[in-house]
Amino acid sequence: MEETMQSGGTGRSVATGVLRVAVSIIVPVVTFVLLYAAFIFMRDSDASRLLVAAVALIVGVFGVWLIYIGTDMVVSLLPAGIRERVRPFVFVGPALVVLTAYVVLPAVSSLYLSFLDARADEFVGLANYVFIFTDPAMLIVLRNNLLWLIFVTAFAVGMGLVIAVMADRAGRWEPVVKSLIFLPMAISAVGASVIWKFVYAFRPAGAEQIGLLNAVVTALGGDPQGWLLLRPWNNFFLILVMIWLLTGFCMVVLSAAVKGVPGELLEAARIDGASEARIFFQVIIPTIRGTLLTITTTVLIMVIKVFDIVFVMTSGQFGTQVIANRMYQELFTFRNSGRGSALAIILFIAIVPFIIYNVRSLREARR
Amino acid sequence: MSASTKTVKQTKRTDPRKILSSAPLWIALVLIGFLWTLPTAGLLISSFRPAVDIQTSGWWTAITHPFAETTRWTIENYQQVLTAEGMGTAFLNSLLVTIPSVVIPITIAAFAAYAFAWLDFPGRGFFFALVVALMVVPLQTALIPVLRAYVGLDLNGTYLGVWLFHTGFGLPLAIFLLFGYISSLPGEIIESAHIDGASPFTTFTRLVLPLSVPVIASFAIFQFLWVWNDLLVALVFLGTGREVMVVTSQLSALVGERGQDWHILTAGAFVTMIVPLIVFFSLQRYFVRGLTAGSVKG
Repeated sequence: MEETMQSGGTGRSVATGVLRVAVSIIVPVVTFVLLYAAFIFMRDSDASRLLVAAVALIVGVFGVWLIYIGTDMVVSLLPAGIRERVRPFVFVGPALVVLTAYVVLPAVSSLYLSFLDARADEFVGLANYVFIFTDPAMLIVLRNNLLWLIFVTAFAVGMGLVIAVMADRAGRWEPVVKSLIFLPMAISAVGASVIWKFVYAFRPAGAEQIGLLNAVVTALGGDPQGWLLLRPWNNFFLILVMIWLLTGFCMVVLSAAVKGVPGELLEAARIDGASEARIFFQVIIPTIRGTLLTITTTVLIMVIKVFDIVFVMTSGQFGTQVIANRMYQELFTFRNSGRGSALAIILFIAIVPFIIYNVRSLREARR
Repeated sequence: MSASTKTVKQTKRTDPRKILSSAPLWIALVLIGFLWTLPTAGLLISSFRPAVDIQTSGWWTAITHPFAETTRWTIENYQQVLTAEGMGTAFLNSLLVTIPSVVIPITIAAFAAYAFAWLDFPGRGFFFALVVALMVVPLQTALIPVLRAYVGLDLNGTYLGVWLFHTGFGLPLAIFLLFGYISSLPGEIIESAHIDGASPFTTFTRLVLPLSVPVIASFAIFQFLWVWNDLLVALVFLGTGREVMVVTSQLSALVGERGQDWHILTAGAFVTMIVPLIVFFSLQRYFVRGLTAGSVKG
């Protein structure tokens, strides 16, 4: 095809060739100039907010595409031999660059910062870690994270499973009930915190209670309590919020697994006279073990990073501090990047087993 | 298999003894569902009550006596929250933060997933294992270094900075999900496009991308909810300036400033929840799929 063109009219083919090269260079160059200009504009502009917003949206949505189109054009100019070897990197390159810049390098950098002092000037060895594992306030932080991990995971997964099994037998009520329990999953942790702060609202004894929990307690003859000030039980009132958020999620995932338990298996167990409790523990749970494991690790990973609920409801006061919130405080209140980084690294180390597990399952799947 | 479960279900429904014996079960379930919804209902109802009423009587009194003279309803809380309390601006900012934070990672991930699935390059296996490993890295490990870099680059407080951060931590999962789908597309289609002389770029945009819409939609919903509901990233990189705050950071600021003004807080909370709730009710099936697919994330 190219050959016939060349023999047909060298002049024309040279012209189209030049044109193609020119376009292939101009388009990427214009792309990058435009994107850079837009970047500077968004960063420094005092122009009207709406205009900035419009530019931001256009750049955010279409800018990335322009980068790919531009680089692909540049690559098309390369000699045929190299071209096909370079092309895959046009496709994966940007992803690898972003991942390196935002996930890999910062993690390494955090590790480095965790060995430096508050202002990242001097090397202090393991001092930040020693502080975290000896300071009484920090030990409470670690204890609280442990409480969150144990109780949120146990209750969200446990109740999710029980409700999934119950709902499976509830006939036409199933979708309604499941929707209601699943609904909190759409709500942000900040929104949920406001919802529950209102449930826990406290008025002195004798006054009309506007918080649901104190209204119930006083109606039953008890004294109203400031639930979020009640050490150490206040931790459990915060933990309850996350259980409320996550149970529906566990239920939905486990429900699919429960429905996968063969009906014949359940019938056979019933004919043998097994009680429902026995069926639950000795037939259903062993059958869905895989899903149960997955959902448990998923919840663990979510819980260990808990931040929003504590930040909004107590700011970590009254003995309710957790790692992620303390890290935020180290960063913005105490201006101590060393301790903040050390806390981040502790979170990371806690996640390492899951990383290893994921990569191992990938290898097994490949085999 | 599915036919047999269907018949089991049907007998379950038509057998009166079964219905009777399952009565305690569904009563318990309805009770659980009711309890689960109660806190949200309290918030929603309170947001339509005048400030004085919220402070002097429990929200349930408005339900037990909906038409009594002492029960008043209002939308003033919403007017105040959207204008004077800055929730309107925050709502726009949230859209501005969220939409590119969904589109950018999806685009980058789709290109990468296609390359991992159908193009050959050195280090492919290693890089994909890296992507899988990065999937659960907590975003906290990146906060301090990225913040320091942003201060140097003057990116702190910009939308671009937040988009890129969400892109970085959305990518591993997006690539993983899209790879699973794109690699299972029939090889003959991709081969034949290649034989017809289509470049990888054309194959990708004309063929692979349109075929991958279902998995893209699932991830888009997940990422949308994730970014919309995020507080930490918005706080760290956008800060707490009135004009840049998103709905979550604005609401959390209101909790700090107006801790006892429940008419503001309830209406404000509902403003932050309305978009996710619409997604939830209109796209529940996809919502579930996206959520379950995307639950493991840094």
